[in-house]
Amino acid sequence: MELITPSFGLIFWMLLGFGILFFVLAKFAWPVIIKMLSEREKHIEEQLSAANLVREDMSRLQSEHQRLLVEAKEERDKILADARKLREKLAEETKAKANEEANAIIAEAKQAIHFEKMKAMVEIKNEIANLSIEIAEKVLRHELSDKTQQETLVSRWMQEVNLN
Amino acid sequence: MCKKKITCPAWAFPMILVLLLLSSFSLSASDKPTGKFEPGSFIIEHVSDAHSWHILTYKEHDVSIPLPVILYDDGKVICFLSSKFEHGHAAYRGYALGFTRETKGKIVKLTGKHAGYSGELHDKEALSESVDIENMPIDFSITKNVVSLFVSIFLMIWIFLYVAKQYKNRPNKAPHGLQSFIEMIIVFVRDEIARPSIGETRYVKYLPYLLTLFFFILLNNLMGLIPFFPGGANLTGNLAVTGILALITFILTLCSSNKGYWKHTFNTPGAPWWLKIPVPLLPTIELVGVLTKPVVLAIRLFANILGGHIIVIGIISLIFIMGQNVAPAAGYGFSIVSIFFYLFMGLLEMIVAFVQSLVFTLLSAMYIGMAREESHEDNHIETEGHSATSLSTEL
Repeated sequence: MELITPSFGLIFWMLLGFGILFFVLAKFAWPVIIKMLSEREKHIEEQLSAANLVREDMSRLQSEHQRLLVEAKEERDKILADARKLREKLAEETKAKANEEANAIIAEAKQAIHFEKMKAMVEIKNEIANLSIEIAEKVLRHELSDKTQQETLVSRWMQEVNLN
Repeated sequence: MCKKKITCPAWAFPMILVLLLLSSFSLSASDKPTGKFEPGSFIIEHVSDAHSWHILTYKEHDVSIPLPVILYDDGKVICFLSSKFEHGHAAYRGYALGFTRETKGKIVKLTGKHAGYSGELHDKEALSESVDIENMPIDFSITKNVVSLFVSIFLMIWIFLYVAKQYKNRPNKAPHGLQSFIEMIIVFVRDEIARPSIGETRYVKYLPYLLTLFFFILLNNLMGLIPFFPGGANLTGNLAVTGILALITFILTLCSSNKGYWKHTFNTPGAPWWLKIPVPLLPTIELVGVLTKPVVLAIRLFANILGGHIIVIGIISLIFIMGQNVAPAAGYGFSIVSIFFYLFMGLLEMIVAFVQSLVFTLLSAMYIGMAREESHEDNHIETEGHSATSLSTEL
């Protein structure tokens, strides 16, 4: 029986004790704890969303970075290709110029050779003429040394003239 | 972060539990070395309130802490220590511990020729005639349960002021130590009990009460499982305590009720009219339902915890029953079985301690929520409440 008949003293102390407990906790403990808890939850949520934002930023930056890198690579390749083309063009031009010059030099040389040849021919001709004149003089001199010969000759020339 | 904190291995807690159980066994074993062992009165004595805190009996000598007796009688307040009663063997200034069947555990006033009598109670048969059952003094004594209540209140205030300080000192930081354990429960009570049962934003007002309720019941359930001082009192297994808690919930429910709740109670929408007029059958049932809710709330917690205590002490009593009625060796042998049973019951009671505090708090929150709910949502909440009730009755 005593188990199910609540005693008045315990009811009194329970009301008083639980009242004090509730008062103290509701005044000094729960508001602080609940406030700090929700504040921390808010803080964590904010931090998480901030972290998400930063992560998005980071990925955006990274993609931009990647893009810049690719662009830079492309540009470098282009510059390199241009440079190669230019070099080839320059080399070709130089080669052509050298060829031209060589040709010019060769032509000049040919002309000079030709000229020298002509000069030599003229000189040889003159020499030959002089020699033939001298030879003719000597022959004539030798042939016209006697009178008969002179007369035959004159007579032939005369005949020739007559004939003409 | 804090390296100097003592690290607690996973097995430490069960180990401590086993040690507690073993130590309680040794205490209980020395309880009644001689004389006929009466399991019935032994069990009732252990789960009842008492005016002194019995610790052990050593060589037929009771070792107990005397507690103050405070009586209000005839407009006077009388205070003395319960050691004056000498465990029920003596009267003091005309007051004695009840020795008859109906006054057991209460303090009675001796009248007639024994009025104001101090001294040993030799002839209890003769004395029982001078016990004034009609006019008993009002007993405000600091009994075993009241001491346990004070200890738990002191512990709770200490724990939660400490935790509040931790929260204040470490804003926006991860919980640490005791704070993390407490926080787990606080968040559970807030997000799983208060918010879904009472409703968004409205729950904030009731959260302090629900938290206090949950931790009070939990702490006292757990303290009841500790077999030695200052634990071991059967506070949450006492109808006065659970009754007060249920009464507070009931008053809160009434205070927070709205028009829809009373309309639902007295003029249930959707019910056929002949259930209400001329015989108000349904309103009567609903009104009885309103009143039985707190009663059931009180009895559920009381019965669960009391039952657990009785089973545990019963298991220990088996040792002495075997030892005295069969052979001393049987007692020693059975103690091994008893310890295993006790271990099992102790672990089960740990679960019950948590579950009952959860159920009490959850149902309190639901009753408050139902009283505030708009009428069209009543059915939904009620079905939830019923499922929780059936769950708790299974336990």
